Amino acid sequence: MPDIETIGCLIADEFKKHKADYIEAHLEQTVSSHITYRGRQLESVGKSSGIGGNIRAQVEGGWGFASFNKLDDLPSRITLAVKQAGLAGNGKSYLADVPPITDRVSSGVERNPVDIPLAEKKKLLDEYNEVIWQTPKLQTSVIGYSDGYKKSVYVNSSGSFIQQDRADVSLRLMAVAADNGDVQQSNISLGSRGDFSRIQNLHKDVAEVAQRAVELLAAPQVKGKEYTVVLDPVLAGVFVHEAFGHLSESDFVYENERMLQIMKLGKKFGGKHLNIVDSALVPDLRGSYKYDDEGTPATKTYLIREGKLTGRLHSRETAARMKEKPTGNARAISYHFPPIVRMTNTYIEPGKTSFEDMIADIKEGVYAKNWYGGTTSMEMFTFSAGEAYMIKNGKIAGLMRPVVLSGNVFTTLKNIDAIGDDLDMNQGGGCGKGGQSPLPVSNGSPHIRIQNCLVGGA
Amino acid sequence: MQQILEKASKLAEAAEVFSVTSEETPVMFEANRLKHIQSNQSRITALRIIKNGRLGYSITSNPDDTDGLVKAAVETAEFGMKAEFQLPSPTTYPQVEIYDPSVCAVPLERMIALGKEMITAVKGHTPDIICEASVSRDVTSVEIINSNGNQASYSKSTFSLGIEGSLIRGTDMLFVAEGESSCRPLNDVKSITDVVLRQLDWAREQASAATKSMPVIFTANGVASALVSPLISAFNGKIVLEGASPIGNRLGEQVFDEKLGLHDDATITFRPGSQPFDDEGVASRCTPLIQNGIPLNFLYDLQTAARARKESTGNGHRGGGGLPAPAANALVILPGDTSFEDMLADIKEGLVIEYLMGASQGNVLGGDFSGNVLLGYKVENGKIVGRVKDTMVSGNIYQVLKQITAVGNDARWIGGFLKSPSLYCPNISVSVKG
Repeated sequence: MPDIETIGCLIADEFKKHKADYIEAHLEQTVSSHITYRGRQLESVGKSSGIGGNIRAQVEGGWGFASFNKLDDLPSRITLAVKQAGLAGNGKSYLADVPPITDRVSSGVERNPVDIPLAEKKKLLDEYNEVIWQTPKLQTSVIGYSDGYKKSVYVNSSGSFIQQDRADVSLRLMAVAADNGDVQQSNISLGSRGDFSRIQNLHKDVAEVAQRAVELLAAPQVKGKEYTVVLDPVLAGVFVHEAFGHLSESDFVYENERMLQIMKLGKKFGGKHLNIVDSALVPDLRGSYKYDDEGTPATKTYLIREGKLTGRLHSRETAARMKEKPTGNARAISYHFPPIVRMTNTYIEPGKTSFEDMIADIKEGVYAKNWYGGTTSMEMFTFSAGEAYMIKNGKIAGLMRPVVLSGNVFTTLKNIDAIGDDLDMNQGGGCGKGGQSPLPVSNGSPHIRIQNCLVGGA
Repeated sequence: MQQILEKASKLAEAAEVFSVTSEETPVMFEANRLKHIQSNQSRITALRIIKNGRLGYSITSNPDDTDGLVKAAVETAEFGMKAEFQLPSPTTYPQVEIYDPSVCAVPLERMIALGKEMITAVKGHTPDIICEASVSRDVTSVEIINSNGNQASYSKSTFSLGIEGSLIRGTDMLFVAEGESSCRPLNDVKSITDVVLRQLDWAREQASAATKSMPVIFTANGVASALVSPLISAFNGKIVLEGASPIGNRLGEQVFDEKLGLHDDATITFRPGSQPFDDEGVASRCTPLIQNGIPLNFLYDLQTAARARKESTGNGHRGGGGLPAPAANALVILPGDTSFEDMLADIKEGLVIEYLMGASQGNVLGGDFSGNVLLGYKVENGKIVGRVKDTMVSGNIYQVLKQITAVGNDARWIGGFLKSPSLYCPNISVSVKG
């Protein structure tokens, strides 16, 4: 079978035979490997490879989409997608103009992580597991390593032909301590855009994770109520992603009059010190790329500038519908799915407050670090910290059981009253939306302080 | 597949080829209008081998790459875990009806009409609601062959309906949702939209709870969002084997309230969680997990069972494309005899939880749940008085399910893989903002 670049060239000619407002094709070739440890032993090691693609067509505002593994009968897939689009459409097609682009983008990694011998990866993970198991009272542990390399070809009916390569590495470690039926866990998630060396030399961090799981057994639970909360850069990154990032995805807004009222550009969301950015252009992060999955060049978008709403994330359709510029945020997790509006690298820009000053005048508060996860319903969000400490009279006090923080985005952003000077990006995250998970993204922030934040507890 | 098995068998002591072919056609409505029609075809082939006593594994979606698949399995076997099980020999499987050819025959026009019907019913009740709806049909074929001579296959059809509504007033947002799936075509739109209309009625007024412990009724959706994740992990044979399940050494003890019963059952007729055999070719069965509040069994795949000196319960699943691991097929919480209305009538001040957002982000292994009440209602003097917001509910299932006031007679399927009644718990910690 010819390679996907050749198939991509042939397909472009086929598009002309169909009556559609727009047609595009995604073709992908992937290789990946994974190694999992549970407890002291390696549990699973595997390799995978894949090939597949999809055709997406727009007719009178309706979308048709056909995905497949077999690349040998593409003309009939185009016919199917166009037919489906025709059946779904009964209005006008909206699609922001993007000039035709021809480009080839390399993965940017010197060494494809999938090609690194399994023995070398296993040696590193063996070392980490050894570190974990040096901790007394440990019950079990889980290490999940995976890497992947994807070559993709994008072709559309306006003449774009973009070939992009990307590599990804992710590592998740979890330590579990148990005592008398009480089970506590602690974890760390890391990742990179294909650079294996980023997950090397982390023995000290791994030891801390294991140690903390054991310490949590003796830690008390936070009493559930409102506190002044200080978030570390990792958790504040999850917060900005959950609490605000999803709200700025235009597919939630563009057909919803009332949502549009809430998300009017210029509306005040926070203090003058608050600046929130989404940018796929930051080099070398897991959410970085040159073109999105609709062939739109990536941009840096200020979502909030000096506390006011100044931008939002778009696909070509949402941009056209809202008469705004496309931002290059249409992404699909794989060829099985159509691209939808997604975040890339989302962060709060640093301010001027040092961590010491931030906690200095807190009588009773919670310092929450690290993350288990987070989710949002647009208005309400919850996110969970992997580690929590009480703050007593301006000092970090004892370790507490992990906490879940929850709130209303519209009041909580306004309740951020201090922004630190120590921006840090977290690369371990994967985002889920519309059944597409985990999409590589990164989040970041300096330390931030939130007044009156609801903490769930005993 | 036969070709892959032959090639692999020459290089290894044992081999097994597993393939899944699926064709799914979802029709999706956005903002009350038909927006997408899709057709997703996929086929994956996975190879598991035992070479020098160790497990090798590879998977591909490329139908032409049989040599690459075999090579990758051999390469990984050098590092794989010691295989402690035997691949199943030829056996007879239970008859489980999960295929109805009329699912594939439902025309797109009929699917579009069903979506419109759902939206019309909900908008007829609340005109300014914005709905998303989906109607989907799917046929999946599974085939497994191994070097012990076992060869088996089945096809499963699935038909799903779902609707979500959002109602925005100022910055206040209300979300309601319901769905249903079956191995046969679904035509009863009303049973789905009635649940949504009931949610809208109950959420019409705003109410507020106080920060304290109070009685809570978890509806079937509430049970699914708050309590099920810790239960699933507690009964996972692998987590038990590692000593990380809080009930790992408590089989036969009174861990939960005696009103609580739980089965894992892959043999229920025309249910999407049913199948004649699992992803390793082990026959399906109904496994009682909790009877009268007493844990009885854990869920196993072949390898975990062998390591734990148990037998596979037919729960080997290949979620995420990896090696088989224990996972629930379809969980059924046994119904009680109390009506939802009688539970409500019993509460002076309390909550009804329909959806707890983010509940499984905490220490699930330890049994904790904690989340924001995305959809829930305040109960005063036996009556629902309105929707609560800015409210968090937290607890630990080993405390909460130890004492249940009543189990509902209203068991329903949620998402195809869980059937649950409402559960009425006497004391749950509630935190409220403001």
